[in-house]
This record gives sequence, C-alpha cells and structure tokens, in this order.
Amino acid sequence: MARHVIAPLKEFPAGSRKLVDIRGRPIVVFNINGEFFALANRCPHQGGSLVNGTLVGLLEASEPGCYRYSRRGEIVRCPWHGWEFDLRTGKSWCEPDRVRARQFAVSIAPGATLIEGPYVAETFPVRVEDDYVVLEA
Amino acid sequence: MAASWSTIDCDVHANVPGMQALLPYLDDQWRDSVIDRGLNSLESINYPPNAPLTARADWRGKSGQPADNVDTLRAQALDRWNIDIAICNCLYGVQLLFSEDMAAAFAKAINDWVAKEWLDRDPRLRASIVVPMQNTDYAVAEIERCAPDSRFVQVLVLAMGEAPLGRREYWPVFEAAQRHGLPIGIHAGSSYRHPVTSLGWPSWYAEDYCAQAQGFQAQVASLVCEGVFAKYPALKVVLIESGVTWLPAFLWRLTKFWRGVRAEVPWVGRPPYEIVRDHVRLTIQPFDGPNEPEAVARLVDQLQSDDMLLFSSDFPHWQFDGDEIMPRGIPQRLHTKIKRDNALATYARLATAAA
Repeated sequence: MARHVIAPLKEFPAGSRKLVDIRGRPIVVFNINGEFFALANRCPHQGGSLVNGTLVGLLEASEPGCYRYSRRGEIVRCPWHGWEFDLRTGKSWCEPDRVRARQFAVSIAPGATLIEGPYVAETFPVRVEDDYVVLEA
Repeated sequence: MAASWSTIDCDVHANVPGMQALLPYLDDQWRDSVIDRGLNSLESINYPPNAPLTARADWRGKSGQPADNVDTLRAQALDRWNIDIAICNCLYGVQLLFSEDMAAAFAKAINDWVAKEWLDRDPRLRASIVVPMQNTDYAVAEIERCAPDSRFVQVLVLAMGEAPLGRREYWPVFEAAQRHGLPIGIHAGSSYRHPVTSLGWPSWYAEDYCAQAQGFQAQVASLVCEGVFAKYPALKVVLIESGVTWLPAFLWRLTKFWRGVRAEVPWVGRPPYEIVRDHVRLTIQPFDGPNEPEAVARLVDQLQSDDMLLFSSDFPHWQFDGDEIMPRGIPQRLHTKIKRDNALATYARLATAAA
C-alpha cells in the first residue's frame, strides 16, 4: 500500500471522474460534490468498466408505487449488466455480502506536505501552494 | 385432529355434471334465463370432455363424466389413497363469461353447490372459492360471502385471465384473501381472452396444455414484479396443475434480469427466487420430470426449499397410472412434508376447520 498523488485538486472538479493506473491496476476515482471515492475499475460481477458507468441515486420503495429516491449520484451503475454499486461502501445493491467493488481511500493533501513525504507522484509537478488528490492503493 | 392426518390432497376436481345440477343454486332470474336461453353447459375447452387428460379411462364411469359426484370421489380417490383431507377445485366456465353479472351469479351457484353437494357430504372435503375475476368488486364480495364457512380454504383463479394477476386492479382480491387466511390458488386454465401463447393461437390441444406453464411463469413474474408480496406479506399463492420442473430455470432467469433492472421495481427488495420460495407453492401433479429418479431428486434440490411442494392427485385428470401419485424419485425424506406439513403451513384454514 502506497500513497499516490493522482491529480491537482483544481484539475479534478466536482462531477468529474478519473481513471488512474496504479502499478497496472485500473482504479476509478469520482468527485461527488467535493467528496472523493475510489473503486477498482473492474466490476466484480463480470468485469465491466465502472468508469463508464452512470451515476444514479438510490431508489427504494416501502411498497409498490411508494418511491423513495435519495443519495443522487452516489451509486454507480455498471454499463454492462446494470449492477449498482454504492460508492460509499463498494457493495452491490443486489448481492451486498457476496459481490462488492474493491474500495480505496482518497484524501486531499496540501502540496507542502507532499513534497517532503514518501509519495509516488504522477507525471505532473507538485507545487507547495496547491492541493492534491491522494489515493492509497 | 390435524396431527393425525397423514395425507392432504391439494387438488381434486368436483365436476359439475350439467347445468341441471346448478339450477337449484341460481337465483330465480338466472335460473329462468338459463332455461330460456337453452344453456346446457359451461364446459371450457381447457378440458375438452373426451380428451384423455380430462379423465383417466378407469375413472370415467358409465356416464363418461368423471368425478361428478361425491360417491365417486370417495371410492376412486379418498378411500383408495387414504386421503385425510382433499381440496376440491371446481372448474366450470365461470371465468370465460363476458358478463360480469352472469359470472358472479354462476360463481355463487357453484360455491353453494360445492358446499351442499360435496362438503356437506364428506367431512374430509374442503374447497376453493370460485370467484368472478371479471369484476374485482364482485370477486371480493364472493370471497366475503363464502369466507365464514371455514371449509373454503383458498381462492381459485385461472392461470390465464384478462390481465396479469399482479396488476393493482386485482389487489382488493389479495387483500381479502390475506385477511381471511386464504391462499390464492392459480389453476391451469384460460379464460381465452388472449391466445394461450404469446405467439398467437396454437392449433392443437397439446400446445394449449403445455402453454399453461408459460402462463404460470408470467403470473409468477407479475406477482413478484408488481410487488404483490411486498404489499401483502402474508399472502400465499399455490400453483395448481402447473407442472413443477420449469420453476428453477425460470427463477434463475427472472433473478438474473431483476439484478440488472431492479431499480425499475424498487419494491422487489430481494432476489425473486427468495420471494417465490417464501410465498409460492406448487402441487405435484403433473410434475413433468425425467424418468430417472436421480434426475428427479436433482430437480427437487434445485428448488432449494423443502416447503414448496404440495401433494395432489389432480383426480380425475390423467396425470399418472395406477396409484403412483408421488412422482418417482422425490426423496423419501420429503414425503411427509409434501403429503401433510407443507399443506398445513400453506392453508391456514385447514387446521381451523378441523377444530
């Protein structure tokens, strides 16, 4: 496990997503209203690429016709077979205990702390005056 | 009393011998109308009178009409197989009528006829309530009318009616059924509002009867996807004369596609196969299995539930020869559950009626 600086914060705005390659392992990172979530890009069902998935809300119903829609944009739906994964837990909706997407921790760190630490930076310069998105993987 | 029972037959047929038999049970207006119009019979092509399936040859009797009185049922089925309790399902053309009023009148007549001519004459008999599903209000009214008689243990509908059963227009029927502890028994048969296959009309009877299984599949899918079991969590549905072996494959398919589009039916909060295992039961005749007992055992195992199968002879329909009601290969360890326990767990009223 190492910490990887994957992007300057200002180049990773809310509503965007980014596919990064960490030692040959593709990981998708989402910025949802300023919160960052990272999942292995490979859908644990059949291997679909989650970076191409649609972000949806959580649709539930206490009974037929009584819809309850919450957490808009916090669920990614795999483009291949429609399986839904909770960005906060990685769990699939249908088989939460058996099928889940691997999660990774993401944080924001000021450039000043990154220049000194044992970090693996991507191919961009790290500047002390900027903030950066850091992925643990 | 229920503890002493060993065999509960969840599907025997009480056949109306002819319109004359129902006349005493029709209101004056309908009795005169039947005579006036010359209505001799409401037989449906679901079971053409002379089709081999409609009655085993040794059960046809002198009249050629099988199971049209309680003495015959006693001699040929109840006594012969030591049946402790049998649930009578009367199939007559009520569901085919286009007049809602007429359907209600005949449903009432049939239920009263069954109570008087069958239930009153043998304490082992129970019956399903025939309901006019052409009109939900009338269907509910008939349930309410019959429910005080605890020998009525189920509501009877056909596998193929006017619309998929899960639709909300039918929910009052499910509400009444749940409230009275009555499972919904879906029996093979069509009201012939639509072709029995989704391709159009088939030419032959074999196609019609086989297509019933697709009708049952569509009903199971409708009940699950429309959320009937989310709305009525105590409701049980019994598939009667549906065949059994198609179910596991169908549930794999339904569950697979539910996973991909489950957000369209958010009230289906768990895999369809789990919902079906909790709410749906099937009678064992016909079973539609392979000849090898080991293969039958594997199929039963694929249901992944020991609670789903209910013993039935489907008397007098010709589903087996001799006395082999229990399909060969069903594991011995399940026989008691199938012959008694599962029925007692499904039909809440069986134990009550015994008191």
